[in-house]
Parts: sequence; structure tokens; C-alpha cells
Amino acid sequence: MRKSLAVGRKELRQIWRDRRTLVIVLFVPVFLLVLYGYALNFDIRDIALGVQDRDGSVESRALVSAFVRSGYFKFVSRLDGEGEIEQLMDRGTLRAALVIPEQYGERFRTGHAASVQVIVNGDNASTGATIVGYVTRIVREAAAGVTRSPLAVPVRVEPRIWYNPELRSTLFLVPGLIAFIAMIVGVTSTALSIVREKETGTMEQVRMAPIGSVSFVIGKTIPYLFLSFASSIFIVFMSMALFDLPMRGSWWALVAAIVLFLAGALGTGLLISTIAETQLIAFMMGLLLTFLPTFILSGFIFPISSMPWALQVITLAVPARYFLVVLRGIVLKGATLPALATPILALVIYAVIVLGLASIRLARRHG
Amino acid sequence: MSAITVSHLTRRFGKFVAVDDVSFDVAEGEIFGFLGANGAGKSTTIRMLCGLLRPTIGTASVGGVDVTRDPEGVKRRIGYMSQRFSLYETLTVDENIRLYAGLYGLSNERHAERRRFVLEMAGLEGREKTLTRELSGGWRQRLALGCAILHEPPILFLDEPTGGVDPLSRRLFWRLIDGFARGGVTVLVTTHYLDEAERCHRVGIMHAGRLASIGTIPQVKEVFAGRPIVEIRVDRPVEAMRALEAMPEVEKTSLFGTAVHAVLNVPASAAPAIAGRLGGIGLEVRAVEPVEPSLEDVFLEVVERASAS
Repeated sequence: MRKSLAVGRKELRQIWRDRRTLVIVLFVPVFLLVLYGYALNFDIRDIALGVQDRDGSVESRALVSAFVRSGYFKFVSRLDGEGEIEQLMDRGTLRAALVIPEQYGERFRTGHAASVQVIVNGDNASTGATIVGYVTRIVREAAAGVTRSPLAVPVRVEPRIWYNPELRSTLFLVPGLIAFIAMIVGVTSTALSIVREKETGTMEQVRMAPIGSVSFVIGKTIPYLFLSFASSIFIVFMSMALFDLPMRGSWWALVAAIVLFLAGALGTGLLISTIAETQLIAFMMGLLLTFLPTFILSGFIFPISSMPWALQVITLAVPARYFLVVLRGIVLKGATLPALATPILALVIYAVIVLGLASIRLARRHG
Repeated sequence: MSAITVSHLTRRFGKFVAVDDVSFDVAEGEIFGFLGANGAGKSTTIRMLCGLLRPTIGTASVGGVDVTRDPEGVKRRIGYMSQRFSLYETLTVDENIRLYAGLYGLSNERHAERRRFVLEMAGLEGREKTLTRELSGGWRQRLALGCAILHEPPILFLDEPTGGVDPLSRRLFWRLIDGFARGGVTVLVTTHYLDEAERCHRVGIMHAGRLASIGTIPQVKEVFAGRPIVEIRVDRPVEAMRALEAMPEVEKTSLFGTAVHAVLNVPASAAPAIAGRLGGIGLEVRAVEPVEPSLEDVFLEVVERASAS
């Protein structure tokens, strides 16, 4: 144990002296957070809207103002004819156009069904679908507001979305970012620091001393556990400051979840370091084994439930998948650890497997 | 009692035999030199003796401890310094010493005492706070040696310790090694420099995984017993070599600087006659004298014989 401490103290000194690494580990995550946090925003706001109001009634004007008040649309221009819509749409001045036919108000007042036409630029399918969703909601609400007849109280669907009432995609994405960044920092810093010792020959020298591989690796890993933990907590705070990430659960649960996840990440880094002989290869392996799966197969961006089953099976081995559930659970829902027993168990299993494999491989190198 | 006993040590990597049935002893306080080309099996042998690599066949005991049964016990009794300076370059002199003190489990008092000794031995007083990467080659090498002997091991393994170090530092280094040996430390050193090998009490020449020759310097020179070597200084050495090779009394020739060394299979008294014949074909012979075989002669001869068999 004292020997592990000697190694750990030396590692801390080296990290402290190698400011570049320190900066990379602490500030690149924040940079990534800001970059992805603002870039990966699935919400669409200020959609350029053109309006052709052929009716000009109180009701039609109320509908237009409902669109503008929603915050999703920005009134750009009043349109006169079909041709103009096409022109402005082509030029990109408009993303959507609302056409209200004659007698829209009249039909309402007489209790008939009225229809409006909405033209949406569908060149980006996902944006288009989102816009259609907004439109439907606004029209439905506006119509409900207008129908004041006590005889015809329409059945209103009142969707209530929990945990993220404004359906802000940032809130959904930030936990993913935290997992993503923690994984990268944990895996690469560990793998690189050990492989660097192989490259410079210091590993060989230390192995000539009476210290077991496992004690050596424990000493080397613990500083990185602290470092990546600090880095993770830092990005949680930054997410709260920059993206209003709430904290509805317990901090202890969050700390426990992060440490557990990082144990798996460091284990993965160790495992890589027992295989790779150069820092370059270690980095590539780290990228392939953690970066891509965490980004694509964890449910961070693409929902797992909509993947083909073969991919869904692969996601079972991606620790970030479980960590995301735990993180979103604690931060957004205020869930307690017992409620998250299954994903936590999965994280424990992952950590035990990679750490076990890594120590078996380390011990075998003695033979 | 021998400090190191090696018997029938063999190590295979797949089909490749890196070390092939090697046996030897090293006495306490002896400086034993391991010579051989790169890939001859020197480093693999040392790695087995240090408990880092398990022998495929054979046994070795170092400081009375079996390397297979108790590799950790071996590690406590040895100091190891490798061909590359394997110190942490981003740590200071003091921090490197502190790390090794920790790795060898030295108490605080012992650490302080050994630290003073190492700083003095390496001439590093006043540079305790210097980063290792800022030290020159000779200092780094002495610091590496200092870290290797911090725990006062009775046995010291030096794997090509003087590579890339200036001659002055090399001489200083060997003076330190001689000092340790006089103090009873057993030293096993591998080297490419044959002038360094001359400073060893005994040498072993390795070739293709086998120990091709072993003994004191005079003993290994016995390979030339009954075959005197004459050094011939001549104006056109390459032509002279060709002419000498054609003579029945000459076994082989080699170029040593501007002189030719000829190995004879007749007594050295035949040398003037041979020189006379060279003069007869128009070469200007400036000097002919019998010489002691150098370690380089011995090394080449031993390797040649080992390859032939």
C-alpha cells in the first residue's frame, strides 16, 4: 500500500508538472460541453413565417398572433399570392407559410369546421416534422380558445410533459454530454499515462523494483480517478450554470454514480494499456472503444429503442447507456438509487469485468 | 558462496530460442561482463535473473533466492539499471530518489541517509530540485545508478549502462562500479564497449542465445593458444591481406585501423619470413611484431567459431 502511495504521489507530481495534460483534462471537457451544448440543440425557434390572411377577421388575426406569441415562429412577411410563397421559400426567406382562407372566421362563428393551410419547408426532414408538430399544437389551442359555445365544449387533450416540461432538448442532452466527456477523460488519461511509461522504459525500471503490477497500477490510477472525478463534477456545475440543468436528486447519489461509472472507464483505459504498445495505438483504441459507442450507442443522441435489434444488443455492453439512465434519473427526476438498481447493477458488472480482465492481463505479464 | 548461479537456463519465445542452455556462476564481489551482439540473448538472460521473465527450462538463483520460486525476493536483493535512462524526466532529482525509496520501502531515516550518499556519489549536490530531463547524460546515468543502489542491494545488474555517455563520464562511472565491487557488491554488466569489458574480472561471450566462451580475460584469450597474432604495418593493407590469405601459414587476417592482424598456425618466429615475402611482391613493410590478442580479436574469433558449429 505504501508503495502504491509512492507511485500515486509521483504520478500527481508528473500531472502537476505536465500542465498541458492538466489543461486538457480539465478544460477541454468544458470546451466540449459548450460546443456540443449549444450546437446540439434540437429545439427550433424563430422559424421564419409568412402569412397570407385572406379572411382578415378577428378569428384569423387571433390565429396569427397565436403563432407569433408561441415563440417558435417569427413573423417575416405578409403574402399576397401563391407565387410569392414559392419564391420566398426558394430563397430561404421563409421556412413556413400560413394560409388562412376566406370565411375562416365566418365558419367558426356558424359552428362549421374550418381549415387552414400550412406549408412547411421539408428539406430537413427532422426540422420539418418538428415544425408540423408545433403548428398542430398552436392551431388546436387557438381553435379551442375561439370556440366559446357552452354547448360545444370540445374535449381538450392536455399533454403534460414531466421532468422537462418545456421539452428542451438541452436538458436531455447534457447528461449525455457528461457521460461522454467523463468516459473520454477517464479512458484516455489512464491508457495514455501507462502506455507512455512503456514507451519511455520507466515501466521496465519500476518493474525491477519489488512492487507488484497491481499495486503499481493502483498507484497510477488513483490520481486519474480524482482528476476525472473533478473534471466530471466541474462539467456538472458548468451545465447547471450554462444550461440550467436542474438537480432534483441527491448529490451523494450523483457522486456515487459518477465514481462507479469512472471506475469502469478507468478499467477500460487499463485494459487498453495492457494491449497497446504505443500511445498512438492506445489513443485510437480508446477512441474506437469508448468515443464512438458512447456517442452513438448509448442513447445519448439516438434513442436505443429505435435501433435495429442487433445494435440494441451491442448497446448492452456500452456502460454509458446505463450511466445515462442513472444520470437523467437523478438529475432530472430526482430518483433515488434503489429506483435505479438495474442500471447501477449493470455499471457494477461492467466495472468488475473490465477491472478483473485488466488485472488478470497485468499479472500474466509477469510469466 | 556464489552470488549468482545459473544452470541450463533456457527461454523460448514461441519457436525462437532467445537463451539456450546457459550455465555460469558469479562470485560475490565479482564484476562479470556479458558480451554479445544485439539479440544474442544478454538482456533476456538478465530479465530472467531479475525475476521479470520466467525461464522455460533451467534454474537460476540470485543472492541465494530462486528466481522462479520467489521473483519478488530476488527484486529486493538486486539493483537494476537499464540501457535507457529510465528515470522520470519530468520529476526532479529528489523526487526520483523519493519514488525509489518508496518503491523499495525505505524508512524515512534510511531514505535521508541514502539520499545524501547518492547525491554525493553522483555529484548532484545542489541540483536536488533540477528536473531530470535538464541533466546531462553523465549525471542522469549516475542518478539512475544511485536510484538502483538506493536500497543497498548486494547484487547489481547493469544492462548497457554507458550507452550514449561521454568518455569522461564513462570513466567516472566505472570508477564507481569498481568501488562497489571492492565493497563486496556483485556486478553483472552487459556492454558493447570492449574496453569496458577489459575492466571486468570475468567475461562471458554470448552468441545466438548460447554462452560461447567464459572466463577471465587471459582465459578467454586462450582461444588463440598456439596461434600467434602478428601485427603488420604496410603501405597497402588491403593488398597485403589478400597476399597473406594465400599463404599456408596464415589462418586468417583482419584489418585493425591501418594495420593488418594475421593469425598464424606456425610459431611467431616465422613472422619475418612472411614479411619478407610481402616485400617480395612489391609491398613496403614498415613493421612486423607479435601482439597479444585483443578482446576484439577474441570476440570475433569466438563468434565466428560459434556460428560455424
